Amino acid sequence: MNASFGLGAETLSRSLAAATPLLLGTLGEITAERSGVLNLGVEGMMAAGAVAGFSAAHATGSPWIGLAAAIGAGAALALVHAFFSVTLKANQIVCGIALTMLGLGISGVWGRAFVGTPLACRFQAVLWSRDPVFYLAVVLTAALSWLLFRTRWGVAVRSVGENPLAADAAGLPVDRIRILCTAFGGAMAGMAGGYLSLVYIPSWIEGMTAGRGWIVIGLTIFAGWKPWKAFAGALLFGGIDVSQYLFQDHCSPNFLKMLPYAATLLALLASGRSLHGASAPPAALAVPYRKGER
Amino acid sequence: MTARSTLGALAVGLLLGSFSLGVMGADPLQALSSIFLGSFASAYGFGETVTKAIPLMLAGTGLALAFRGRLWNIGAEGQLLAGAVAATGAALSLKDLLPGFLMVPALFAAGAAGGAAWGLLAGWLKTRFQVNEVIGSLMLNYIAAEAVQYLIYGPWKGATQFGFPYTDNFCAAATLPVIAGTRVHAPTLAVALAAAGGAFWALRRMRFGFEVRALGGNPEAARYAGIDPARTALILMALSGGLAGLAGAGEAAGIHHHLTYPWAVSSGYGYSAIIVAWVAGLNPLLVVPSALFLGGILVGGDAIQTSMGLPASAISLFNGILLLSLMGGEFFARRRPQRSPSPLAGEGRDGGPGHK
Repeated sequence: MNASFGLGAETLSRSLAAATPLLLGTLGEITAERSGVLNLGVEGMMAAGAVAGFSAAHATGSPWIGLAAAIGAGAALALVHAFFSVTLKANQIVCGIALTMLGLGISGVWGRAFVGTPLACRFQAVLWSRDPVFYLAVVLTAALSWLLFRTRWGVAVRSVGENPLAADAAGLPVDRIRILCTAFGGAMAGMAGGYLSLVYIPSWIEGMTAGRGWIVIGLTIFAGWKPWKAFAGALLFGGIDVSQYLFQDHCSPNFLKMLPYAATLLALLASGRSLHGASAPPAALAVPYRKGER
Repeated sequence: MTARSTLGALAVGLLLGSFSLGVMGADPLQALSSIFLGSFASAYGFGETVTKAIPLMLAGTGLALAFRGRLWNIGAEGQLLAGAVAATGAALSLKDLLPGFLMVPALFAAGAAGGAAWGLLAGWLKTRFQVNEVIGSLMLNYIAAEAVQYLIYGPWKGATQFGFPYTDNFCAAATLPVIAGTRVHAPTLAVALAAAGGAFWALRRMRFGFEVRALGGNPEAARYAGIDPARTALILMALSGGLAGLAGAGEAAGIHHHLTYPWAVSSGYGYSAIIVAWVAGLNPLLVVPSALFLGGILVGGDAIQTSMGLPASAISLFNGILLLSLMGGEFFARRRPQRSPSPLAGEGRDGGPGHK
């Protein structure tokens, strides 16, 4: 009884830890996509955030400075995407792929010196022996949900993503809002990467993002671009991630490693029919806005 | 996009790329020159460049077709692996059944079918369940890589490989001949050149090519003209997947002669092929020189890894910068008056490629 309770608690704790980077990344991508910018570079921004966070924490001995560096690295890469896709109106899909290559490359080259190095400093656990970033993610979920749906700021972001022409006519600076939302999305993806290298696997392993950035993009669709649904989706995927370890005695490890990717496909398959009405994607998603053109 | 602006963008990209290696602690000029000396300056290096250009040509041709029709297949990597698996299955199961001269055609057929099936899976998820093809095809890349590992560690593990996770070697009739002194497997090179030529011709002269171009130019108008976007999407996924699958068959039968680790079967060819298609301006004929160029960068990347101690991901960084430079180049090309609109321009007013 006690042992199984212990196992349950352990599983829940690990699921929450696995869910946190997915939630952070998804909240960021929701914001960028709500403003009409599709950023497929989440995997790259996460990887860059992971290495920046690790190297800053390693150098200073402070995980908070590490987290700040991770946020900065993610935002900086996102600004590259914003420059090409918003300012230069380039194809957002190809830009995002380029950003992924760039971020994974930066992470590999920069992180080469740290391969196999464990991180000496950790976050002090706050409530119920959980790390503070988890609670930050929960607070950010609530804050973003409120900002997007209850404030003028949220109306501005959403109208820029739904109908940039009308938003422009109403006097909103379309491109500036999109650039800011993209940068915020990158900051969140960077924080997600920082979580991986500072909390989840506090050691440097190249490629530790392992496709989580792409799962985030899947979760964004699955969540219907809504923060609280992203919270639920991230918990579900955190659980799936951890279930790999529960079944490892019963199944080929390769099939277990497929689980998160297969689950992403299944989740999208299930939400495919609801991509209309309340869970429809922003109407101007991935469409650059050119002033003076209809 | 004009040839001049493409070349200009590539030059800027190469400079920025080597500069970024400089920031990471390598001598940038030395890095740049070792990349190109390693890949184009010697007969051996050029042979390696052509060897790596073969899968890039096949997969790049397929992606050029798909991107022309605004179908964002990012799954060439998984489709290539699926082709390698299917070709390996054919090689191992048919070795005593088929006359020798039929082995190679059977391998290519199996590779094309395997890649096409993997591509069609993503296409079916898109057309039937509205699963965005970018995510769908990418998830299938990860699943394919795990499936290959399952096979080589599990049911297909060879009895004659001294415990290494490889399948048994292909029989002699199922290995592709190479050009003497190189690893260039000539039959796959011939198939790749034919595919690029064929795709160019199909795009220009066939009804299907017209449909693809119409969907790429103005999807709304194409739909009014009676073109079925779902049907075209499925055909494009099958074609681009099948071409990547041929590349996988070539790698298995021409290079390794067995199925091995997924990252050895394809060292990111499926992702590099995206750049190949883009450098070529989505023109299948230009995919040939573009694949040679990217093949050269991959070979040079291997060279600087050993000579300058840079990690494999340095090339990913380099490629990312190259691709971004091309996007920047397009912007400046677009600002000049043009005779015909470029298929590469950012998505138009109603052609959002988003989550549809």
